[in-house]
Amino acid sequence: MGSFQTKSKVSKPQNPGGHGLKENELWQLSGLIEYRPRAKYDFSAGQALGIFLEKLKEGKIVGSRCPRCGRIYVPPRSYCEYCLVPTIEIVEVPDTGTVHTAVISYIRTTRERMEKPEIVGIIRLDVPGYSTNEYEFAGLFHRLCGVTPEDVISGNVIGMKVRAKWKPPEKRKGSILDIECFEPLPAYGNP
Amino acid sequence: MKVNLQVKDRVAVIGAGLTLFRRRMLETPKELSALAVQQALDEAGLTLKDIDCVVLGTAPDAFDGMHFNGEYLADGAGATNKPMVRVYVGGGTGVMVPIAAWWHVASGHCDTVLAVSEEKMSPARPHPQYVFAYIWDPILERPLQPNLIWIFAMEMRRYMAKCGASKRDIAYVSVKNKKNALDHPSAQAAANITADDVLNSETLVWPVNRLDISPVSDGAAALVFASEKIARRMTDTRVWVEGTGWILDNTHWYNRELAYPRYVEQAARMAYRMAGVEKPSKEIDVVEPYDPFDYKELHHLEGLLIAPKCQAWRLANEGYFDRDGEVPSSPSGGLLGVGNPIAAAGTMKTAEIYWQLTYQAGARQVKKPVEKGVAQAWGDLMQVGTVIVMGV
Ligand SMILES: [Zn+2]
Repeated sequence: MGSFQTKSKVSKPQNPGGHGLKENELWQLSGLIEYRPRAKYDFSAGQALGIFLEKLKEGKIVGSRCPRCGRIYVPPRSYCEYCLVPTIEIVEVPDTGTVHTAVISYIRTTRERMEKPEIVGIIRLDVPGYSTNEYEFAGLFHRLCGVTPEDVISGNVIGMKVRAKWKPPEKRKGSILDIECFEPLPAYGNP
Repeated sequence: MKVNLQVKDRVAVIGAGLTLFRRRMLETPKELSALAVQQALDEAGLTLKDIDCVVLGTAPDAFDGMHFNGEYLADGAGATNKPMVRVYVGGGTGVMVPIAAWWHVASGHCDTVLAVSEEKMSPARPHPQYVFAYIWDPILERPLQPNLIWIFAMEMRRYMAKCGASKRDIAYVSVKNKKNALDHPSAQAAANITADDVLNSETLVWPVNRLDISPVSDGAAALVFASEKIARRMTDTRVWVEGTGWILDNTHWYNRELAYPRYVEQAARMAYRMAGVEKPSKEIDVVEPYDPFDYKELHHLEGLLIAPKCQAWRLANEGYFDRDGEVPSSPSGGLLGVGNPIAAAGTMKTAEIYWQLTYQAGARQVKKPVEKGVAQAWGDLMQVGTVIVMGV
């Protein structure tokens, strides 16, 4: 250590290389190439989520249970990630839960501002038995409605009891969007 | 007590190189890699023909807009006709590259290894955030049209709720790191700002404001690793890799407690066990935790067992992690200050520990004497912890 300290007059990195450009300098570069990939994908939902989406159409949330360790996965997987055995047993779970976390988005996927902010979060579903520790739980990522930005900022929303607000049956398509959002249970009523 | 693998060779870092980190670099990804490699070789006193093997890292191909990005970068990274491998664990890549370089030498397969990380985020339009749309699950998540920042905001909100931290408490990290970066020659987002500036910057996804986040960056970083025999022959300015750890959690982030990164703790324990570190909060002199967002540095200081759970924000605001504090954290200026070219950012942090431990950090040199340091990176859907312990 002592030997390093004696020659500590240097300062690294010395003269880091490269040239940063301003936005307008970039546009003026000769030979600038613009390329837009034309790709389109059709994703199969697979075994477990295929059943999950079918059941959403019926207004039900389901999970899958591992026959070896007993974990209940929501959303369901077709295998247990700890035992890697097939989890063939599908179980219906309540469509109620508590809010684990929630945020207010002012921007879209593409980064543009939204005209009306959207509240989204994680709902910890009322399913005992996902795991024996508190770290893991059955839950979904979704929108929250009937909740104000003030509820999010004050922290009132954390731990709030909520229930899935379903689309009318004729409008359901077997999509996570068959649930419109999660809204507070009446006991927690909107102010 | 050190618990080690069957390591054939003790491994040293003997040189490091960095490009500028900027929003838009003129240079191509290959050219950026070459600039970083040239510096690292110069520092180590080696030429390319002295290099046995190359490990390189770059994050999602979609940023550079090149598939096979590893193979594309290979010649710029000095890998032509050499054994080369690309490692990839999202944002965790930047420290995974040094870890992989370590195992190449430790296994006895290579005496000298170039570790090179590169990222060019700026080409993606309309904004690199849009390219991140491809990391979300297509069935359950993309229909909700998420922005990448949502997941960070959800994690930060949960940390605030569970640990009692306010936005202002967390903003301190951004203030500290941007200030530290004023002394970093590569820095893109160095600034003297206050917590009010952070709180008054544009709210993107509450609780995340623009100045809570590191910038969009291009850049490259490189390190030279060598076996003990070569290291002792070549240079006095070397540090030893004492421990490495890497852990991957699952992608089901909505099924997990977001207030604490258990995968970082597991990776840290793996590295500490190897290094014989028993009390990290006492034995680690300087730390470079991954800070793409200000709260993430706090999260990671806790996962690294340097701060007790839910206490990092409190210690930070007491100056504990300042450059002249008890355990200086991100003395480089971090991703918030130096910039965040994804894979290159974690390697920049590893380079900073090397420079700190060899007293070559100039104005960034921390005040206390340093003998042991840790660099850490994080990545993907709240999943990856990569940790390297280095010592003199
Ligand atoms: Zn199981």
